Amino acid sequence: MISFKQVHKRYPGGYEALKNVSFDITEGEMVFITGHSGAGKSTLLKLIAGIERPNSGSVLVNNQNVGVLKDGALPYLRRHLGIIFQDHKLLFDRSVFDNVLLPLQICGFDHRESSKRVRAALDKVGLLKREKANPIALSGGEQQRLCIARAIVNRPAILLADEPTGNLDAAYAQEIMAIFKSFHQVGATLVISTHDESVLRDTGVRRLSLKDGALQ
Amino acid sequence: MTGTFSQHLAVIRNVLKRMFAARLGGLLNILVIGIALSLPTGLYVLLKNAEGAIAQFSGAPQISIFLDMSAGHDATDKLKLLLEENKAIAGIEFVAREQALESLQQNSGLSDLVAGLKQNPLPDAFVIQPKNSDGQSLQTLRDQLVQLPGVERVQLDSDWAYKLAAILKFGRTGVLILAMLLSLALIAITFNTIRLQILTQREEIIVAKLIGATNGFIRRPFLYFGILQGLLGGMMAWLITSASVFFFNTRLSELAQLYGSDFALTPLDSLDGLSLLVFSLYLGGLGAWLSVSRHLSEVEPH
Repeated sequence: MISFKQVHKRYPGGYEALKNVSFDITEGEMVFITGHSGAGKSTLLKLIAGIERPNSGSVLVNNQNVGVLKDGALPYLRRHLGIIFQDHKLLFDRSVFDNVLLPLQICGFDHRESSKRVRAALDKVGLLKREKANPIALSGGEQQRLCIARAIVNRPAILLADEPTGNLDAAYAQEIMAIFKSFHQVGATLVISTHDESVLRDTGVRRLSLKDGALQ
Repeated sequence: MTGTFSQHLAVIRNVLKRMFAARLGGLLNILVIGIALSLPTGLYVLLKNAEGAIAQFSGAPQISIFLDMSAGHDATDKLKLLLEENKAIAGIEFVAREQALESLQQNSGLSDLVAGLKQNPLPDAFVIQPKNSDGQSLQTLRDQLVQLPGVERVQLDSDWAYKLAAILKFGRTGVLILAMLLSLALIAITFNTIRLQILTQREEIIVAKLIGATNGFIRRPFLYFGILQGLLGGMMAWLITSASVFFFNTRLSELAQLYGSDFALTPLDSLDGLSLLVFSLYLGGLGAWLSVSRHLSEVEPH
């Protein structure tokens, strides 16, 4: 489903974020990307979503070479991905409901169908009662769950999460991980970057460990 | 501009909401556009009225042929025959000198003066209707008529009207130049408004791009905003022009009464008004499109 072959990523200015990274993630798999901050975890996820492009090597997602995809084709790739951003990227000029609605508006769903889906997604993360609230009124954990609801409302085959438990205490972190596990159980492919020890205690999940941009 | 009809409706609804949320700034923009467009529109209305008035006063062009005072009946009859043969003339009316004096007495309010005259100073005259009324053929006909025997003077009755019409053509060119300049201003206003909107909605644009929005999806609300603002600006211009004509007419009617006339300015007709709206919404859309093309590529997620 996701395949990296000898991927190098160097940012302008010469900083080498990824060095010769190769791995395969099969459909329905759940994978942790671990490593210290600056090890290249975020860069790896950005390469999958086509937010950055590799300098050499190939990044295949659903057998599409993301690295050479045309700008016009990127939106359609991203519609098959659910992305949970480290900084949430919620919009504070609209309600919780409208935040989750945005991906469906982009895909052109009709109003009734999208309302149903938005409520289903909010229900899954336990925010159904807060649909009219402004995201700024939510706690950190709730904002994170809202971000998850927005990522899953499109029912994507692949979920990417960048440090989803980064600023949360252990109890909230477990809650978030439980939500991810439930998606894994229904067949979604999950790639989660984290350096949270409380999360990593969970054995039985495959890990890709990055150190200074190289896989260990 | 792809997407379903309901998607477009949703975008328009959002744009209207956004406009309402920033209604003071939006209103000022619309006012500026309206004032800018009302200048050439108002001048156009004045010109059109002037042209109408000239056409009304001059009517169908006539040529008066005044005969030599010494010409007798024979000469007059001969001239009449010659005129009837001329194919460029549609109608001939003979005005005898006695008849002319009488009408002068009745119509001009100079009856006392006329009564005091020892002899009739007026010559016999023919008033003819030419077939073609364009300037060139009138001039040719006039040159022909002057050559005829017994003719003292030939006068184009609507000469002044043609001269004025020529001056008004200059006016039209002026209106056109003004309209072009102020159209540029309208495009610039829209360009800048959209630029500021893109800056303030930077976050939203980035998030939308990250979750799979096409450029068309992101561009759409800005284009609709430009088009709508242009349309409202055009409506404002129409309103300003109509209101101005209305206020002019209330004053003008007092003035016209003094001259025993019922002259009033005609406001912009609906066809011209609709053209104004189409023109302004097109310019608004153009300004928005230019701005979006220029600025949207600067907003990319990293």
